Amino acid sequence: MSLLVVRDLRVRFGRRRPAVDQVSFTIDGGERLGVIGESGSGKTVTALAVMGLLAENAVVSGSVELAGHAITALPERDMARLRGDLVTMVFQEPMTALDPTMPVGRQVAETLLLHADVERGSARARVIELLGEVGLSDPARVAAAFPHQLSGGQRQRAILAMALINAPQLVICDEPTTALDVTVQAQVLAKLDQALTASGAACLFISHDLAVVSQICDRVLVMLEGRIVERGTVAELFSAPQHPYTRGLVEAASLDRIEPGQRLPTVAGLLDAPAGES
Amino acid sequence: MKRAQLVAGLVLVALIVITAVVSVFWTPFDPIRVVPSERLLPPGWPHVLGTDGFGIDILSRLMVGARTTLVVGIISVGLAVLIGVPLGMLAGQAGGWLDEVVMRAADVVYALPALLLAILLAAVFGASTVTAMVAIGVATIPAVARVARAGTKQVMAADFVLAARVAGTSRWGVAGRHVLPNIAPVIGVQASVGFALAILAEAALSYLGLGTPRPTPTWGNMLRDAQQYLFVMPIQTVWPGLAIALAVLGFNLLGDGLRDYLDPRLRELP
Amino acid sequence: MDDLYRAEALSRRFSHGQRQVLAVDTVDLVVPRGGRLGIVGESGSGKSTLVRMLAALDRPTSGRIWFDQHEITGLRERDLGFLRASVQMVFQDPLSSLNPRMRVGDIITEPLRSRLVRRQLDDGISADRRLAEVLDAVGLPADSADRFPHEFSGGQRQRIAIARALAPRPEVLIADEPVSALDVSVRAQVLNLLADLARESGLTLIVVSHDLLVVRHLCDHLAVMKNGSIVESGPTAEVYADPQQDYTRALLAAVPRIQTHRSS
Repeated sequence: MSLLVVRDLRVRFGRRRPAVDQVSFTIDGGERLGVIGESGSGKTVTALAVMGLLAENAVVSGSVELAGHAITALPERDMARLRGDLVTMVFQEPMTALDPTMPVGRQVAETLLLHADVERGSARARVIELLGEVGLSDPARVAAAFPHQLSGGQRQRAILAMALINAPQLVICDEPTTALDVTVQAQVLAKLDQALTASGAACLFISHDLAVVSQICDRVLVMLEGRIVERGTVAELFSAPQHPYTRGLVEAASLDRIEPGQRLPTVAGLLDAPAGES
Repeated sequence: MKRAQLVAGLVLVALIVITAVVSVFWTPFDPIRVVPSERLLPPGWPHVLGTDGFGIDILSRLMVGARTTLVVGIISVGLAVLIGVPLGMLAGQAGGWLDEVVMRAADVVYALPALLLAILLAAVFGASTVTAMVAIGVATIPAVARVARAGTKQVMAADFVLAARVAGTSRWGVAGRHVLPNIAPVIGVQASVGFALAILAEAALSYLGLGTPRPTPTWGNMLRDAQQYLFVMPIQTVWPGLAIALAVLGFNLLGDGLRDYLDPRLRELP
Repeated sequence: MDDLYRAEALSRRFSHGQRQVLAVDTVDLVVPRGGRLGIVGESGSGKSTLVRMLAALDRPTSGRIWFDQHEITGLRERDLGFLRASVQMVFQDPLSSLNPRMRVGDIITEPLRSRLVRRQLDDGISADRRLAEVLDAVGLPADSADRFPHEFSGGQRQRIAIARALAPRPEVLIADEPVSALDVSVRAQVLNLLADLARESGLTLIVVSHDLLVVRHLCDHLAVMKNGSIVESGPTAEVYADPQQDYTRALLAAVPRIQTHRSS
């Protein structure tokens, strides 16, 4: 049986057009699925639905099953236990995802102590070990530092460590590198890839950049205006995109293959739809 | 829920404003003229809330008192906004030593109680509505200046201020076109809260005899008059007290409601 | 070709309490008229500080800058009219660079209403006509002028920012990470727009980005910055094909490319 089964998910806020509509997909244990789409396409709402973190005014129909638990029907108390234990999430903005008043190491340790049965002393050792594993060169110093004393890349790695410390079965990443420089992005992606491989965790990876997704995932969903418009392996989408929007994404992500001075291909019409709709 | 707060505040404030306006044209009885034969009547008819120790209709005095309260609030808060906002914007836009000087001066005024200022002014000029208004206004300046400065700092950090400078917009242009419109909402909230505090302060000053003197009715001096008959007719203290409480509640609700309504982070998802 | 911008031994030091940071460290720079210079580097490399000094938004701690043969270092704001009229900027985040309480039409014509800039322009420029022209040039509908920034998508907002920059018919356009905050799918359109504008109106372009490919697409000349200094520079094609510095190679390698099969 699959780790995550999403069937006919539909989420709407108020009387507006559903933010997510007719979305179905599965993720097997250890599998990595990418979700691509632009802002407002419903990819983040889908992730929040899986985490059980949707705002109270969301009207949800369809089903989300995570390791046999029906998320959509689960009371918040039980969901909170699953979160951090079975499924964790890495957010886009590394500054707001950390508590500015607490040293980074303690925040990572809290997550561990909340869910696992460990002594405080050994928790500290485990935190520093893991901070090293995500590629922080001076883990003891980072553990003692406050978020504002770290660079964006260091913060995002600390968040990665926080997400991985309880060895979850599913890690959800929402644009985890969008706020970072390309060089730092490359390092964080490489570490994420390594860490996922080492722990065997499955991953739901959300991004607007096909190139970034292709470095982590094998399978990809393309979302547009709340619906899945295309799905397949990275290789399939890259070599033979079917939907015009996917074609645009593939071309936009291949900036290196276009000679300078030439016009870049665009998906006109789809992209400049009036913002009032979204 | 948040909307309800704003609406409740608006209703209370509107009630006070309407009462004050009506009192200009009509009150049930003369709010000033002493009628010895009708002293200390209990609530009933035709004196709905009764009469005070001078035989004056309490409802009429309450209505005129609303007017005094509003005038004192508007003038003192207006004074605070007129002086505090430019000072705060100056400090926030200029930064450096000017910022230091303005804000330290604000701290000094902040440490000075409005009451002390009022006593000082009353001693020099004699207690009047004007001295009360000036004392309350000056005491409110630091709070307004601080909010204006914080808002200005925030706006100055936005890229559109850089863009305006690239476009050749002068400091005055940046202040008028970019800073002021963006800090106006927080100033409005602060003014509303300041209004509530001004009402309380005015009542306290009049009660102590440091504000508007008799025979002009204010809620504060009505409370003072009523105190003499606390054991004869305790109900008399209830009316001005209730009026003060409702007015303060109204402006506080309005301020909080405005804050939630204007802050997009607190706004519920549509 | 004559030099439009020239900078000599430019340095900028920031002090945070006790700590001093040398954001820009003795940089020399020449931008010829009509040239298209790209400045790449990671965040913290000093590239934004450098262009802010070129736009006279920040003052160098030491060093000198000439624009069109006039020295601009040390000039007072009111004497910078010639620079404000000829140098315009586009910023990274269009949400922050557009005043949320102003209508798009007022935002775009702001440079035309500045007395400093107007003195430098032909008297013939009518703000309304120019507004229609630049809206058309960036591909926004004419009725955009009456709307507010939040009614537009990210890509459209960046077009509004570009339209504002074009309004006074500048000679130089400085773009600081113009597409970093945009979705990949919208990025191509904004890059095409910038390239077209540079070609059609002979704009001198200075583009700052952490993405070497973005700069490669727009610029004929490249400067790579690290820790406040320019570590490598030259014609874009040369640097791209044969980078001399490890740092440049690392920047190039970091650009995400589609992988059709994972290495692991």
